[in-house]
Amino acid sequence: MATLKELAQKEELFSGGHRLCAGCGIPPIVRLILRSTSAGIVATTATGCLEVGTSIYPYTSWRIPWIHSAFENAASTISGVEAAYKALKRKGNVEKETKFIAFGGDGGTYDIGFQALSGALERGHSFLYVCYDNGAYMNTGIQRSSATPYGGNTTTSPAGEVVPGKQQWRKDLTRIVVAHNIQYVAQASPHNWSDLSKKTEKALKVDGPSFMNILSPCPLGWYTKSEDSMGLAKLAVDTCYWPLYEVDNGVLKVNYKPKEKKPVADWLKVQGRFKHLFKPGNEGILKEFQERVDEEWERLLERDGKHM
Amino acid sequence: MAVEEKNTRCQVGLTGNSAVAYAMKQINPDVVAAYPITPSTGVMEEFSSYHADGKVDTELITVESEHSAMSACVGAAAAGARVMTATSSQGLALMWEVLYIASGMRLPIVLACVNRALSAPINIHCDHSDSMGARDSGWIQLYSETVQEAYDNMLQAVRIAEHPDVLLPVMICLDGFITSHAIENLCTLSDSEIKEFIGQYKPRHSLLDTDNPVTFGALTLQDNYIEIKRQQSQAMDMAKDVILSVGKDFEDSFGREYGFLESYRMEGADVAIVILSSAAGTTKVAVDELRRSGKNVGLVRPRVFRPFPYKELSEELKGVKAVAVLDRVDSMSSFGGPLFVETRSAMYGLENAPAVIGRVFGLGGRDYRVADAVDVFELLLNIKDTGNVDKVVDYITVRE
Ligand SMILES: Cc1ncc(C[n+]2csc(CCOP(=O)(O)OP(=O)(O)O)c2C)c(N)n1
Repeated sequence: MATLKELAQKEELFSGGHRLCAGCGIPPIVRLILRSTSAGIVATTATGCLEVGTSIYPYTSWRIPWIHSAFENAASTISGVEAAYKALKRKGNVEKETKFIAFGGDGGTYDIGFQALSGALERGHSFLYVCYDNGAYMNTGIQRSSATPYGGNTTTSPAGEVVPGKQQWRKDLTRIVVAHNIQYVAQASPHNWSDLSKKTEKALKVDGPSFMNILSPCPLGWYTKSEDSMGLAKLAVDTCYWPLYEVDNGVLKVNYKPKEKKPVADWLKVQGRFKHLFKPGNEGILKEFQERVDEEWERLLERDGKHM
Repeated sequence: MAVEEKNTRCQVGLTGNSAVAYAMKQINPDVVAAYPITPSTGVMEEFSSYHADGKVDTELITVESEHSAMSACVGAAAAGARVMTATSSQGLALMWEVLYIASGMRLPIVLACVNRALSAPINIHCDHSDSMGARDSGWIQLYSETVQEAYDNMLQAVRIAEHPDVLLPVMICLDGFITSHAIENLCTLSDSEIKEFIGQYKPRHSLLDTDNPVTFGALTLQDNYIEIKRQQSQAMDMAKDVILSVGKDFEDSFGREYGFLESYRMEGADVAIVILSSAAGTTKVAVDELRRSGKNVGLVRPRVFRPFPYKELSEELKGVKAVAVLDRVDSMSSFGGPLFVETRSAMYGLENAPAVIGRVFGLGGRDYRVADAVDVFELLLNIKDTGNVDKVVDYITVRE
């Protein structure tokens, strides 16, 4: 695995000057991923903050070949690029070793692009799909997605007089992807650069599809301070709301077990989107939230080191 | 069933789907991404056999939807590959969003659209509501009357799409079941003739050129969007010359003539029907019948609908007294179908412009018989004699 020094010396393929918010989790994720291989990289991005923030014509942040097509088709777009690579390589028209990466937000991945993702994984194209999960459709103004945490206040699941935010538990996409039996699936967080970088290296070595679900703090949608983003990512992991784990060749490994598991309320209470949960009368929701986190963490620990 | 190489001359009996699949096999595209739907399924089934038997070098992507089919085509074309697909009806409708992305990114994808009605009610038979629904998507559209023409259009489509003045996707259309499933005799070309005719595709930019990175599909706002769309519009205009020159080259090489329109017995015609695709064949029989009884009727069949050959069409029709434009689709605007509206508009401002009426026919595969065409001609002759247009737009081949 690359050391921090080595990573820092790699060419910067994602230029500054983009329009993503201060404190946004996406740029550090993308920058680190693009540093994780010396092969050529071609990337696509689903419609969303990353696309909008990096490609305002005539400027681009991408120092690699990059394509944006639509919201729900990052996985099928990269399928086509990868297929073209195979065909043209066979003919001798391209030679360079090249990696293919699709980036999508949680909306573009868990929801509208879910079918395209599942199809591309099943077909076995060689590509890495990266979901940056900021827990809502942020680009269009913080609407709920199936990744929005339980109880979360969004513009389409507002904490109202009667309904206290989102009523459903989030979809466990990582687990669904694992069920596709692909070679490598991981959950990661940008605060832990070495874990993320290691996972990217593994993912890009796979001859076939691989998938990473990466928590991406969003000051705008979480109602948090820009400078707190990495701390919030760490807290999500230390409370076991966002466990760092991987399924490598069918074997699950929990990559980080906090010495002292923090109460999830520690993570919730510092975010404006959960403010209403701390009002009198909503104790039940918090309790349920904690129970669910515990349950899922226990489930992971039970499977740690085992074949899925 | 694959066509044997030794048979690849004249008098080969093939269905429209087989001919399209065979053309694809001979073109040997780099990437094909498609999803099954009646009546175009046969194209993909046969192409899959060519692929399974090692007859093509293509990467075949059996996607999970037509939306993904067109998305994969976009990705592959942006990566510099020669790319094809086929679909019908709901499949084309599901591609709709990405059709615009293909043309907006100027990607020379070729799509065979085997025309079928759109739901609801669900129906598997021919009409043009699918491709006509995509008429403003920035794709060049060629409509084929026969199996031969579907085959020839596929070959020309590659050249037209990839021409540096054009760089637009091309949809070739053939009538579902009527053409796709009927066996007709046709002349095929040899693989080497086709290879020479279509040449090699040399993309200007490719995603696979990692040493020269390009950004495709950037967010483009008020300061640049309209200029880019204007260029796309100009490319569609320039496609006219390219369609003609590719047609000429095809004729010089293989003897079959292709332009914007086919005119059938228009010399001295008093009235004319304008109609697309296979229904022109039926109409020709009616023309012959009426001509035998001394009635001066003729037919104009646009082969190219996008770009719309408005000058040539009005030139062809300016001498007649009355024209009926028959659409196998209704725009649901209460003013007839798209071919009618655009033809009528093309005639506007002509001196002594003929009366132009529109008739919607044959939706969902309803039969269009010689007698139906004869009735329309009789109506036109009556308009010519009396000057009376009772109904500008109406339906035919329908029970009242
Ligand atoms: C078919 C379609 N539906 C809706 C939209 C509008 N839209 C653009 S981005 C977006 C939300 C993106 O959310 P997500 O994938 O979570 O990414 P983020 O904005 O958080 O980066 C939506 C709803 C669209 N572009 N296309």
